[in-house]
Amino acid sequence: MKLAKSIEEIRADFPILSMKVHGLPLIYLDNGATTQKPEQVIQLMDQLYRSANANVHRGVHFLSDIVSDRYESARETVRAFINARRKEEIIFTAGATASINAVAFSFGEKYVREGDEIIVSEMEHHANIVPWQMLCGRKKAVLKVIPFTDEGLLDLEAYRSLITERTRIVAVTHASNVLGTINPVKEIVAEAHRNGIPVLVDGAQSIQHGVVDVTDIDCDFFVFSGHKVYGPNGIGVLYGREKLLNELPPYQGGGDMVATVSFRQTTYNDLPFKFEAGTTNFTGAIGLAAALDYLTALGREAVEEREQALLASATAGLSSVSGIRIYGTAPRKVSVVSFLPGDIHQYDAGMILDKMGIAVRTGTHCAQPVMERFDISGTIRASIAFYNTEEEIDALIDGVRKVTEMFG
Amino acid sequence: MVNSPDMNINEIQDQIIDDFSVFSDWMERYEYLIELGRTLPPFDPSYKIPDYIIEGCQSKVWLYPEFKEGIIIFSADSDALITRGIVALLVKVFSGRTPDEIIGADIYFIDRIGLRQNLSPTRSNGLLAMMKQMRLYALAFKSKHEHK
Repeated sequence: MKLAKSIEEIRADFPILSMKVHGLPLIYLDNGATTQKPEQVIQLMDQLYRSANANVHRGVHFLSDIVSDRYESARETVRAFINARRKEEIIFTAGATASINAVAFSFGEKYVREGDEIIVSEMEHHANIVPWQMLCGRKKAVLKVIPFTDEGLLDLEAYRSLITERTRIVAVTHASNVLGTINPVKEIVAEAHRNGIPVLVDGAQSIQHGVVDVTDIDCDFFVFSGHKVYGPNGIGVLYGREKLLNELPPYQGGGDMVATVSFRQTTYNDLPFKFEAGTTNFTGAIGLAAALDYLTALGREAVEEREQALLASATAGLSSVSGIRIYGTAPRKVSVVSFLPGDIHQYDAGMILDKMGIAVRTGTHCAQPVMERFDISGTIRASIAFYNTEEEIDALIDGVRKVTEMFG
Repeated sequence: MVNSPDMNINEIQDQIIDDFSVFSDWMERYEYLIELGRTLPPFDPSYKIPDYIIEGCQSKVWLYPEFKEGIIIFSADSDALITRGIVALLVKVFSGRTPDEIIGADIYFIDRIGLRQNLSPTRSNGLLAMMKQMRLYALAFKSKHEHK
């Protein structure tokens, strides 16, 4: 598979990539935290505020009609991108975290009772732990945790044994933000479904790396954030199976989510509006659709292929630095490498790499249980996007080598 | 550690700024910081307990105060070497001072030696929290002392 554009053309689409930091060219390897935005998204957002701004679904006037149409066509773009069956199954939220909180609340209200169980995994981001803990606190339910192996693979044997007749929902990440592991979500879903249990898949770290097909995965909920997939921030998606979404109560009340309101009784609007109270982030949604279109035009399989090649170079190069340990060695990974150079503190390494113009993330990556599992205080994480180059990967490896000399 | 009791807080800050002014690039500055971190007197491991820890997302700092004859002696440590270097500088400035000197101090050296980013108000490394904690100890010792 070949990308539809050359790497030079791609990099020219992302204005921030040509900037300098500390007098050196920026090497941006913190894509797992947030991705950069192409001109196609930046210009569209600018143009929206200049010539297409009005509230959606409200007015009968010209501008409101235009924006409402574009907002609804953004929903269709998202639907097609993740291959959902119906566009009513796509709810716009503020981000993956907001989506998980929405499910934890609405699903929890409807289906979780005292003594019920919720399964998450040991490699979850805090966003897929804390909302469930809060739910467990409210309902006196119990949180069960699927452990992972030293390589960073979920222990599926343990998962099967955690499922009981009290299990109400399973919430797992598609790809780990620290270890990079791509989890066998299809298998996890099938196992849960055999027991009649719905599954939420956190796609915050998978959506940007290749083809994601929610119909194939057969999950009941799928969530992701716009800013991690080259779109604006403050916009996210909650995909939910129509039947389930219809059963669940709304988690926020307000405008647009209602059919009729009186002080005696309020009836709710249909999907997807039932879950979109208040003025939504319509500019964000339209911007997100532009980002998804960008990826589609580039070729999602080609994006994945390129990122996998860069990941292989980074992994091989870093492994050649003496004393380095890599956390997460699963055979199927997204382009994320977590590592520690010997006994050097990740903060020290991150500070020095920053001075070389290299942006990596250091710390616990909002996944403290993963750190606990390895008994470390944090890692350095390089997360790679298709717009990164082999030269940038070489610079990272050189930089890490210099760090080990400096602190060794 | 107690430093130059004949110098006031600002004189010590000026001296640090002067020390750093000889370095021409960041690499030298950081190497010097790492050296400074290594010169920090060993921290009594029995004080490495939650009471004396200042948590940052990135690195940990431990800070232990002693109040003796009207002055506060700070000992401190960090698990990251660069942080430990800055910790050493803060100890140099604040240790051996009276509570009033600490409470009234205006800390400007960090900006001037190009380490501002190490003191971002986010949860990065606990240094800002360390300065706050040093001031809180000074306030606590001061009010204890005055109510005796």
